[in-house]
Amino acid sequence: MPVTIPDVKKTWTNTINRVTLGATKEEGGTRTKRVTVGGATSLPFHHFEGAMPHPSVIAMEVWNVAPQDWPAVLAEHFRDVWHDPGLWAKKCVEQYGADLICLRLAGCDPVGQNRGPQEAAQAVKRLLESVGVPLIVWGTGNDDKDNEIFPAVAEAASGENCLLGTITEDNYKTLVALCTAYKHKLIAESPCDVNIAKQVNILATDMGFKPEDIVMYPTSAALGYGLEYVYSVMERARLAALRGDKMLSQPMICDIGIEVWGVKEARASEQELPEWGEQTERGPLWEATTAYVYLLTGADILVLRHPQAVASVREAIKQLMGDGLK
Amino acid sequence: MAKLTGIEIYKHLPKTNCGDCNFPTCMAFAMQVAAKKVGLEQCPHVSAEAKAALSEAQAPPMRTVTVGAGERAFKVGGETVLFRHDEKFHHPTAVAIRVKDNSADAEQRIEKISQLQFVRVGQKIGVNAVAVEQTTSNGNKFVTAVKLAAEKSPLALVLISQDSQALKASLEICADRRPLICAATKENFKDLAALAKEFKCPLAVRAATLEELAELVQEIKALGLEDLLLQPEATLTADGLTKLTQLRRLALEKNFRALGYPVMMAVHEENPFIETAQASAFVCKYAGLIVMDGTERWQLLPILTTRQNIFTDPQVPNAVEAKLYKVGEPNSQSPVLVTTNFALTYFTVEGEVENSRVPAYIGVVDTGGLGVLNAYADDKLTAEVIVKTMKNYGIMDQVAHKRLVIPGLVAVLKGEIEDTGGWEVLVGPEEAAGLPAYLKNEWKA
Repeated sequence: MPVTIPDVKKTWTNTINRVTLGATKEEGGTRTKRVTVGGATSLPFHHFEGAMPHPSVIAMEVWNVAPQDWPAVLAEHFRDVWHDPGLWAKKCVEQYGADLICLRLAGCDPVGQNRGPQEAAQAVKRLLESVGVPLIVWGTGNDDKDNEIFPAVAEAASGENCLLGTITEDNYKTLVALCTAYKHKLIAESPCDVNIAKQVNILATDMGFKPEDIVMYPTSAALGYGLEYVYSVMERARLAALRGDKMLSQPMICDIGIEVWGVKEARASEQELPEWGEQTERGPLWEATTAYVYLLTGADILVLRHPQAVASVREAIKQLMGDGLK
Repeated sequence: MAKLTGIEIYKHLPKTNCGDCNFPTCMAFAMQVAAKKVGLEQCPHVSAEAKAALSEAQAPPMRTVTVGAGERAFKVGGETVLFRHDEKFHHPTAVAIRVKDNSADAEQRIEKISQLQFVRVGQKIGVNAVAVEQTTSNGNKFVTAVKLAAEKSPLALVLISQDSQALKASLEICADRRPLICAATKENFKDLAALAKEFKCPLAVRAATLEELAELVQEIKALGLEDLLLQPEATLTADGLTKLTQLRRLALEKNFRALGYPVMMAVHEENPFIETAQASAFVCKYAGLIVMDGTERWQLLPILTTRQNIFTDPQVPNAVEAKLYKVGEPNSQSPVLVTTNFALTYFTVEGEVENSRVPAYIGVVDTGGLGVLNAYADDKLTAEVIVKTMKNYGIMDQVAHKRLVIPGLVAVLKGEIEDTGGWEVLVGPEEAAGLPAYLKNEWKA
C-alpha cells in the first residue's frame, strides 16, 4: 500500500534580523573576527522548511573583578587568570574556543567593589587588545550605576561594534544614545513577557535606533527554576516574528551561566546532596542542559561559563545543524 | 484523511434540534464536535451508521498508548498541540534505559536504573522503564536478561529484539507487565504483530522513512492492532528533530491517521553530555518515549527536570506548597522573609537567599500561585493574610528579634502588619536579586 505523505511545511512571511558584531580594521575597528547571528526563515533547526544561515554562537563570561562566590568546580578553570580580564578572555578564546567574550562589569556593582567608569573602560580596552573576537559588555543591572559607567565604556570601545546591555522599559535613554553615537549594538531586556519585549524594542526605535541593531534578552531562567516560562515566551516571540512582527524579529541572547551557577543543582557538593550525583559533572551539565533547551526555542547567543558546558553546547549546535551546517 | 468539518458532521445528525445534547441546535452541536470540544456520544439519537461513519474522524488525532501495568504503567501520546503555550503537553516523555543482554553487570545495572528516582519541587520524577536489548544471536541470553529485569525492577519493560522466538519466550515470562515490544520492521512485522496481539502488548514500529513507516503501520493496523508507537530511524539529531516535528504536524494538523501515534526515539551516544543534549531536545520536541544508555544520577536529573519543566501546564499558575521553608540551618537570630507561593517567585527568592549564605526562614503565603504584585492587586497578599499566615507558622514566636522582612513591592503594608501583628516590619528589596546584598549588609537580628 504505497502512501503519499502530506506536505507539512509552513510558509513563514518574515526573516529573523541578521545582526553582525565586531568591526575589523577595514570597518574602523580592531577585531580579527566578526560574528553574525539571526537570518533564520523558520523555527530553530527546522531545516526541512527553512534556512538557518547562522548557527547559534557561544559567548564566554569574563568579569572585571575576581568572582568571590563561584563554586570550586567552576572557579578552578579560571583562578589562574581572573586577576586580569585580558588573560581570562584569552584563555576563553584560545583554549575553549569562545565565539565571543561577554564582559560582565561585576566589579562596578555598587554592592561589591563599586568601581568607577574609568576602571570599567580600562577593562574593556584590556579585552580589546587581548582578543580578536567581538565583545559583549553587560552592565551591573543597577540603573544609576550603568548610566554612570556606560558613557566611558561605549567610548572606549568606539567603532568596535560591540553588543552593550541592557536597556529595560524603565532605563533605556542613556544606553540607546550611546550605542547610536559610538555605533554599538544593543541588548533589550524584558522580564519574561512578550509584550514588554516588544515594548522595549519600540522605545529604542522611537529614539531613532535601528531595530536591526537590537538583540533581545527575554531574561533567562535556569533549568528547574522557571525555564518553561522563558521557553514559551521565546517560542511565542519567535513565532510572532516569523509571522511578520518586525518588532519581535530580533535575535535572542540567553544569559545562562549567571543563572545556573546560582542554583543548588550546580552549586551543591555531593556531600550536601548525595542523591544528585557528582558535582564536577552535575554543575556543568546543568548549565549545558539549560542551554540545550533554549537552543530549541530560538537562542542565538548563549552566555556560558564552564568549559565543559561550552564544549558540549558547541557539539550540540553542530549536531542540531546536521546537513544544515555549511 | 482530512479533518471533518461541522457541516460534514451535521449531515449525519438527526437534524431535529431537540436539544438533548445540551446545545440549542444540531448545527451548533456539530460545530462543537468538529472542534473536538465534545464527543459525538453526547447526542443520544445519533444512528449506528452515522457513528461508524464518523468514528474514524472522531478519534483523537494522536492515540494514547499505555506501556507497563500497575503502579509503574505510563501513558504516552494523546498530544493535542505543537507548542506548550497553546494548551499543554499531556503525557511526559517516558525515559527507558538500555540493558544489553550480553552485559556482565546486567543485574547491577538493572538495580541502578530502578533507583533513578528523584524528588524535585515536591514531585516524584524518575526513569520509567528498563529496555532490555538483544545483542547476540543467542535468544536464550535475551530471555534470561528479560527475566532478570522483570524480577529485579519494578519499572515498565521495553523488549528490544528482532527475534520473534526470543520475544515469545520473554512475553511468556512478563506479558502481565505489558512490556513494549520493539520493534516491528518490514521483515518481521507479521510475527511481531501476532505476538503483540496474543499477549496484548503495545508494539513499536520501525522504518527509515515516514513513507515506509506509514505503509508498515497500515499493514499492522489491518492485522487488528492499535496500540502502536512509531520509531523513525534517525542517525543525526537534526534528522530526528525533523522527523519528530513532521510526525507531530502530520498527526495534529493533517489528521494523518497512519501516523497518529506517539513517537519513540532511540538515542545512541557515548558522551553523556551529548546524550543529554539529544535526549533533552527530544523531550522538548515531541518524543513520547526515549531509549538511552546513561545511568548516572547527575545525568538523569537534568533530563528529568527538563521533562518536568516542559510538561508543566502553562495555564495553571505554578505554585509551591504554602508553608514555612528553611534555607540552610536558621536559628532564633535568623531573618524571616515573606513571599508568595508562585513557584517562580519562591524559587527565585530561595535561590537568592542561598546565594547570600545567610540562613533564613521563608514564610510562604498562599496567593493561589500569583506573584507579589498580582497577588497584592488581587487582594491575596494583604496585611491580614500575612499576619494570619505567619501566626499559623508560629515562627515569630521562635525568633528572638521579632522582625519580619516583607517584599519591597508591598512596602505599603508595613504599617498595618506592625499594628496587627505586633512585630517590627522591615522592607526588603523589590527584586529577589537584591536579597544577597540586603541580607549581608542591611539585615541585623
